[in-house]
Amino acid sequence: MAELEQRGDLTPAPSAWEYAEAPESRDIVKLEERYGLFVGGEFVEPASGEYYETIDPASEEPLAEIPQAGPEDVALAVEAARDGFANGWSAAAPAERAKYLYRIARILQERSREFAVLESLNGGKPIRESRDVDLPLAAAHFFYYAGWADKLEYAFPHRRPKPLGVAGQIIPWNFPLLMLAWKIAPALAAGNTVVLKPAETTPLSALLFCDVLRQAELPPGVVNIVTGDGRTGAALVKGDVDKIAFTGSTEVGKAIQRELAGTGKKLTLELGGKAANIIFDDCALDQAVEGIVNGIYFNQGHVCCAGSRLLVQESIYEPLIEKLKRRLTTLRVGDPLDKNTDVGAINSRQQLEKIEELVAAGKEEGAEIYQPPCRLPEKGYWFVPTVFTNVAQSYRIAQEEIFGPVLSVLTFRTPDEAVEKANNTPYGLSAGVWTEKGSRILWMAERLEAGVIWANTYNRFDPASPFGGYKESGFGREGGRHGLEPYLAFDGVEASGG
Amino acid sequence: MAQAPALPTGFELPLEPRLPRIGSVDQVAVEARATDLSRRSIKRESKVFALDLAVRMMDLTTLEGDDTPGKVAALASKAVRPDPADASVPSVAAVCVYPNLVQTARERVGDSGVKVASVATAFPSGQSPTDLKVAEARRVVELGADEVDMVIDRGSFLAGRYAKVYDEIVQVKEAVGDTHLKVILEVGELGTYDNVRRASLLAIAAGADFIKTSTGKLSSSATLPVTLVMLEAIRDVFEETGRRVGMKPAGGIRNAKQAVQTLVVVHETLGVEWLTPDLFRFGASSLLNDVLMQIRKEKTGRYQSPDYFTID
Amino acid sequence: MAERGGRLSVKKTYKLYIGGEFPRSESGRTYEAEGQNVARASRKDVRDAVRAARAAQPKWAGMTAYNRGQVLYRVAEMLEYRTREFAELTGDEAEVNAAVDRFVWYAGWADKLAQVIGSANAVAGPYFNFTVPEPTGVVGVLVPEEPPLLALVSRLAPVLVGGNAAVVVASESRPLAAIELAEVLATSDVPGGVVNLLTGHHSELAPVLAAHMDVNALDVTGSNGDVAELERLAADNVKRIVRGSAQDQSPWEIAGFLELKTVWHPMGV
Repeated sequence: MAELEQRGDLTPAPSAWEYAEAPESRDIVKLEERYGLFVGGEFVEPASGEYYETIDPASEEPLAEIPQAGPEDVALAVEAARDGFANGWSAAAPAERAKYLYRIARILQERSREFAVLESLNGGKPIRESRDVDLPLAAAHFFYYAGWADKLEYAFPHRRPKPLGVAGQIIPWNFPLLMLAWKIAPALAAGNTVVLKPAETTPLSALLFCDVLRQAELPPGVVNIVTGDGRTGAALVKGDVDKIAFTGSTEVGKAIQRELAGTGKKLTLELGGKAANIIFDDCALDQAVEGIVNGIYFNQGHVCCAGSRLLVQESIYEPLIEKLKRRLTTLRVGDPLDKNTDVGAINSRQQLEKIEELVAAGKEEGAEIYQPPCRLPEKGYWFVPTVFTNVAQSYRIAQEEIFGPVLSVLTFRTPDEAVEKANNTPYGLSAGVWTEKGSRILWMAERLEAGVIWANTYNRFDPASPFGGYKESGFGREGGRHGLEPYLAFDGVEASGG
Repeated sequence: MAQAPALPTGFELPLEPRLPRIGSVDQVAVEARATDLSRRSIKRESKVFALDLAVRMMDLTTLEGDDTPGKVAALASKAVRPDPADASVPSVAAVCVYPNLVQTARERVGDSGVKVASVATAFPSGQSPTDLKVAEARRVVELGADEVDMVIDRGSFLAGRYAKVYDEIVQVKEAVGDTHLKVILEVGELGTYDNVRRASLLAIAAGADFIKTSTGKLSSSATLPVTLVMLEAIRDVFEETGRRVGMKPAGGIRNAKQAVQTLVVVHETLGVEWLTPDLFRFGASSLLNDVLMQIRKEKTGRYQSPDYFTID
Repeated sequence: MAERGGRLSVKKTYKLYIGGEFPRSESGRTYEAEGQNVARASRKDVRDAVRAARAAQPKWAGMTAYNRGQVLYRVAEMLEYRTREFAELTGDEAEVNAAVDRFVWYAGWADKLAQVIGSANAVAGPYFNFTVPEPTGVVGVLVPEEPPLLALVSRLAPVLVGGNAAVVVASESRPLAAIELAEVLATSDVPGGVVNLLTGHHSELAPVLAAHMDVNALDVTGSNGDVAELERLAADNVKRIVRGSAQDQSPWEIAGFLELKTVWHPMGV
């Protein structure tokens, strides 16, 4: 193994040709200078009077002023949601609720390019991803849950499902519009109204979404959007809501769970992860390399279910690592709006600093670092795709979620050992298994403590497929029939969460 | 290339030392990867370079029952001078013909540098006794072919008789000596990407200088995922042994856009060293005119009409 | 249809809908219904329709469920846009609205059937065992006479959702709404051949469909003749016989046209 590490530069010879810049035009997006909060079907100024700036992380260019919603603003939004629920939404025929959701889905499909550009601009993710993954999935979630709105009795036979009332929803910055869809679609399909707080750094697609609601003629108060930082979220958690749905860091998730203790409010949490991506020696090798790359460098590694721990069977270690390093040299880091870009910008300075801190820790603890030669732009927040080898299970880079394009590589000898190492973490969101042997896939799936297991693929999402974690990665599922349950009240058994 | 002894029957690969593991290919993932690669957009200067390269890499082909000396003569002229209106357009790499037309082709290309490639080994089916196929290969070299394109015995391959397939290639290579040998896998008949990889590694182990996708006689031939699988096999051999083997997609690449996409895949998988006619060829007939049209469009800025390009 | 303001209207020709196209009956026959000449389909038209359905079915079944759902939703979009025309034809706007809503309702089932009708099964051994619903294939549908649009939609939509292709024999006395619906289908991204619509005499067409060896299921809900005879004919290739509701909507209407496939795989290291 040591011999391999010293093999030197794996960059291919200087290219005789280069890829063109293939920028997606920004013109399709119209930005306001200053936005309002969306409450009761209208944009209103924040009672707090406070605003902050949201930027493009690839250039640090300011994009717009965003309201910082204070406790009073949040209370008004919750009240509007209550009104919306009582005056119409809860009494509306389910088939009519379905048709609103179908409208939203179709409008999102039509305005897909506009939203994709905005998402990349505000968040830093490559346009190829926002165009090919985020937007289609977001529209699909609305379309999927529209279909459930008037079929709840088939989803939960004998349980007489009813909406809860008002749901408070707090979402992260890594898939802003998609996380909004994951939250709003099932909530509305179940007959609830919502107050949603987008992440501090990525409010723009949620605010543009309000225009979709206008076009869909959704009744006022059914969806309310309050922007701001952690304080806004805290106010929402304390608000007069029937349920809280949170996706974000495990730390904040635990704080929310503490806050809600004894209140009777329902809760679902989708938190962090440190997924093991497990490669057996009989895998389809080149495709496994693609899967590894997709697992950790997709969306710059800003993915809760990212395959951030690579567990490689020792018998295939050398060829795999060699191929992986070579593959890294062909990754293109750069302008998110360039269609040729593979890895975009880190979402914020704060996140960049966190990544840098953990990478420094990795080096200090004794892991070997590999980073392909890579020219980074001057302005903006960037990090080169990174691989650490010779990682021990106890290193911080093997235990803590980095949430960046950094892969930690460990080895194992037998399937039992792989399971042991994979499960040796407080997290349990996802895992990957690469082998051509079907029975081993199922054997591993049975033993891995993770809510989502990808075999011979990675980072696949679908509105029909339930997603959520074990252990400290949270509870509750989003997607599928199961994704409706957290938003419904049933006769009989109450579960606290999930 | 070392002499490989004849294999006892019932044995599989490999005899060649340090052969890469055969392994499997995941269909869904490889097709997705090929699609991603096909969406790369390259700089205009690089596109012009790629189009010029595509011409230099072309094996202009006619393999029909009704080929006559006249038909081949016309093809050979086009091969030497693809665009009479533009002297800067280079000659193609080779003309590819049936054995009976080799001498005509040889006469017409003269000393232009264009090679004469001939098919052999009961092309396209390969369903003929080994000794006859080997004799045919020897004969086309005597007739003047610079390159031999042989087919593997798919019937034996699909029946699991890999040793027989291997043996035949070894014997043909022996018969043609130093002459450049391409081995056609006929991927459209192999059924799975796993088999394409296996056949690629087998052909290389047996002595192929080039592996080629198809005879061009089937409707399904060189798709981008299949090309990717074969290039990955070539890369694995290079990593393991240092030996460079060439690749030729034939059939299925009908326009300049597909040709450029293919070169992008070669570039990303194998690197710049393979972007040469010594290691990569396009088997084509109608592709050439589309590439010529694109070259002229890049030079003049105008979209072109087929009327202005000769059909030979 | 009537003259408007002194201008002579262009009369519509009512044809069959087979393989995505609108041919006349190969027999050249017509009959009069609702004041119009309507194609009177023959046994050979049935043969052609079944052939078209069989050719189209694999592609329809091979689309993702999400895609199929979107196509059916598109049918609703196209139908909604022509509400007034259909209301004129049927004489009942409420019926047309119900038909649109019914397409929307069924569209939403496409990607949910596996979760409600399928299952993972806890077998007593180290095996992963799951059951998935699959379309039965080509379905013959005999549509009830009334109501002219809603009965057709109520029987057709459940057949399509699961991935089947249909050969539909329209209401004999009130076929015009069915032919107009075929025009809606033709403009809704429904692949040609997935739905084939025949107008004519049930007594001529139903037995041919029932006896056809390449039809997998027969929906007799709208049969107006000797159902027992149809069931006897159907037995020769073990067709599934379905009797459903022309009024209600339910996933179990869909299930009648689905097969269940169970797969086993060991779980071992």
